[in-house]
Amino acid sequence: MSRITLKVNGASHTVDVDPATPLLYVLSDDLQLNGPKFGCGLGQCGCCTVIIKGQAVRSCITAVSTVNGAEVTSLEGLGRLEQPHPIQQAFVDEQAVQCGFCLSGVILTAKAYLDRNPKASEEEIRNAMSGVLCRCGANTRMLKAIGRYARGLKA
Amino acid sequence: MKRRQFIVSSGALVVSFGAARLAENLGLGSLASAQRLNGAGSRQLDGWLAIKADGSVTAFTGKCELGHGLYTAQTQLIAEELCVPFNRVTLVQCDTELTPDQGTTSGAQSHPTNFNNADLALAGATAREALVALAAERLGVQATQLTIKDGVLSVTSNSARRVSYAELIGGRTFNLTLNPNAKRKSPADWTVLGTPVPRVEIPAMVAGRFEYVHNVRVPRMLHGRVVRPPSANATVASVDRRSVEGMDGVVSVVVKKNFVGVVAEKPWQAVQAAAKLNVSWTPGAALPPQRDLHASLRSATATRDTRMVDSGNVDAALAGAGTVVRATYLYPYQMHGSVGTACAVADVQGDKATIWAASQAVWPLRSSTAQVLGIRPESVHVIFKQGPGCYGINGADTVAYDAALLSQAVGRPVRVQLMRADEMAWENYGVAYLVEQRAAIDPNGLIAAWDYESWAPTRGGRPGANAPGNLVTGTLAGFEPAAFQPRTPAPAATAFANNNNAVPSYVTGSVNGRAGGTGRIQAERVVTHGVRSTFFTGPLRSPERLQNTFAHESFIDEVAAALRVDPLEYRLKHLSDPRLIDVVNAVGKAANWQRRPSPMQPIRRNGVASGRGMSCVLYEGDNGYCAMVAEVDVGLDSGVISIRRLVIANDSGPISNPDGLRNQLEGGAIQGISRTLLEEVTWDDQKITSVDWRTYKPLFLSSQVPAIDIVLINRPDMPAMGAGETAVTVMAGAIGNAVFDATGARLRQIPFTPERVTSALAARA
Repeated sequence: MSRITLKVNGASHTVDVDPATPLLYVLSDDLQLNGPKFGCGLGQCGCCTVIIKGQAVRSCITAVSTVNGAEVTSLEGLGRLEQPHPIQQAFVDEQAVQCGFCLSGVILTAKAYLDRNPKASEEEIRNAMSGVLCRCGANTRMLKAIGRYARGLKA
Repeated sequence: MKRRQFIVSSGALVVSFGAARLAENLGLGSLASAQRLNGAGSRQLDGWLAIKADGSVTAFTGKCELGHGLYTAQTQLIAEELCVPFNRVTLVQCDTELTPDQGTTSGAQSHPTNFNNADLALAGATAREALVALAAERLGVQATQLTIKDGVLSVTSNSARRVSYAELIGGRTFNLTLNPNAKRKSPADWTVLGTPVPRVEIPAMVAGRFEYVHNVRVPRMLHGRVVRPPSANATVASVDRRSVEGMDGVVSVVVKKNFVGVVAEKPWQAVQAAAKLNVSWTPGAALPPQRDLHASLRSATATRDTRMVDSGNVDAALAGAGTVVRATYLYPYQMHGSVGTACAVADVQGDKATIWAASQAVWPLRSSTAQVLGIRPESVHVIFKQGPGCYGINGADTVAYDAALLSQAVGRPVRVQLMRADEMAWENYGVAYLVEQRAAIDPNGLIAAWDYESWAPTRGGRPGANAPGNLVTGTLAGFEPAAFQPRTPAPAATAFANNNNAVPSYVTGSVNGRAGGTGRIQAERVVTHGVRSTFFTGPLRSPERLQNTFAHESFIDEVAAALRVDPLEYRLKHLSDPRLIDVVNAVGKAANWQRRPSPMQPIRRNGVASGRGMSCVLYEGDNGYCAMVAEVDVGLDSGVISIRRLVIANDSGPISNPDGLRNQLEGGAIQGISRTLLEEVTWDDQKITSVDWRTYKPLFLSSQVPAIDIVLINRPDMPAMGAGETAVTVMAGAIGNAVFDATGARLRQIPFTPERVTSALAARA
């Protein structure tokens, strides 16, 4: 066990855990966040995605010790329920959700990519999203929501 | 927690959408008639509805939200029938101590059950009529002289004379039974139902605040993980508990027959202990080779046979026909493969248990979990909490048994979430299929006789109230799956039913002189053979209906191609059901369908070939009309299929929420593309080998992004039908027919992998 300090969604937390513990378990169990989720535990689907240093990171395969001191943003850190981030609002506007379980992967992967590539074309956005899984088939709506947010960045 | 306590306190565990109006205290005050509800639905109005002291409405439903928008649609229904604003209704769903027992939320049955003149809709109508009668008495006028708006009844000619729901009955009970003659509001008067009300849960979901079953946290909760057998038929020889002794946080190793699990203080500790636990397994019988699957189905001798229709003259018609068209269609086992693995929390204390589960079937789960635990069903409280999209029986029920067994062993609440391979290697797969079709063609080029025979493997399934062995955990803990009972020959049908869509749309479906089908072909025979499955099987979105519809819709296209006629027009010549004809015509019009035979001439030999194909169905024989046109590109060197555009026409009766309906049709179509092009359960001689998203390949977010155009046909005066499974049902047939149109190559085995496409291309004349 070791003491690790994390800055999550703007607040500092110190946890005493096995340093090999995947970040996801610390976020969802120790810090009781609902946003990041266990989908596969293998970094294949995206459900556990958080943003660290501007990159979308799959927290299920990221040891907590490797992010000691880093700033972590989860889905709930993007915006508030009453005041969602524009990309969250785009998903509401497009009703681009079915079960919603995959949303950390979909929204945070798109957000991190568009932050770095605000002028990305539709095709580039699709390529950036090609490793994210939605099993309900909300794909077309989700890409529309991302496109809506991306157009707002360019405007 | 009993209903009354719930009503006065509404714990955060139960209602925690984050939306303010849902998180508030439901505050129903002193409602005393908190009846316990057993059996199908409830005859008591108070079982379905309560008017709070402030006049707002709380409704109780036994049909749950699975990501398909039903929570919002049911809320619209109650707002509509009670003439209150949408945000004055709170819906409580699927809790064995709070809501009516409506069995299982499945089979596209929620709309037929709750939106016609029974159950939840009838409760709304009964309550409105009761409120009108109370108001008429209070105000001293005839009921016909009253107008209702926003929960206030006023005299139409003098709106100053008024009384509110709160004043009439707020905080008290109706003490009425449902009135089967209560009149639903006319769809012409709808202002909430029938409109695209945004989904209630979405703001909390996109904000990461929504509480799934995975986020249920109860005091003193521990974490469990299971250790499934390493191969399909292995049994426990011994468990070396010392192998995890001294590991941080490990609380217990639990063994019950072949069920093995570990419990730890924290989830990562449980994961590590489950991986490290040294279990000796006795390997069981080897698995039959996957390449022989369909041949083994075809040659099975112990089968359960069903004769759905048989006009008695099919053999003669085939023997006498100048032209007979034949084809065989193959379908693999497929997975639900929910994006999140299944999770449940159980708190078993002595002879009482509380289970939080994402089950579609809280009441059956109550009974079967009681059986697993050896306690009385009345002592088990099952609370539905939403999980990832399930599409049928995924791991949600089996993981509830896992959590219950572990909690019982340690006497503390235990949360279990399956690891990815635990779920994928052991879930109840959608069934494989082999369908043989034969058609006799008459001198006018019409189908004179249709002959269908199929073979499909089954094992287990939904556990219902008393068969926990239908799921892996139940079997491991010592319960048998429901017995497979061979039956040959099949008895004659006594009534027409086409629940599995084995009967093609183009035959009359005549049984005992009554034609129940949707087509015109009178010489007809449909015989199915159930075969004992090696693997667990269970309903997966459009169970059997997708497999059969793929075979039917490909075959009618093959016959049309053999006769060199347009496949849409050829379908119409054999259909009799006007609503099915309407969706076929509607999709043809919207797709600008050019009437000509397939394939497109001249046939391309290189580059990319483009084509269009269609498919249609009356889902379950009586539960939703759908027709689709798919436009595809086929890489003639790569064998890769790209779906460019889909056009869908759907008629499921009156539309509750047009945007929700579109979302379901789009999702069904996209999921259908994944199942058609990619998905297949695989195994070697010992075990399932498709255990993650590299070995079981699904469609990722942006690998196929067709334009989707949807034509919604609204039938306000017809009964409500299901719509969650119509589009997925027609997808495979539409793609296969489009590939044929583009290339002249016919695909008869799902999934349409590049290898299968290139070999079909090579086999062209």
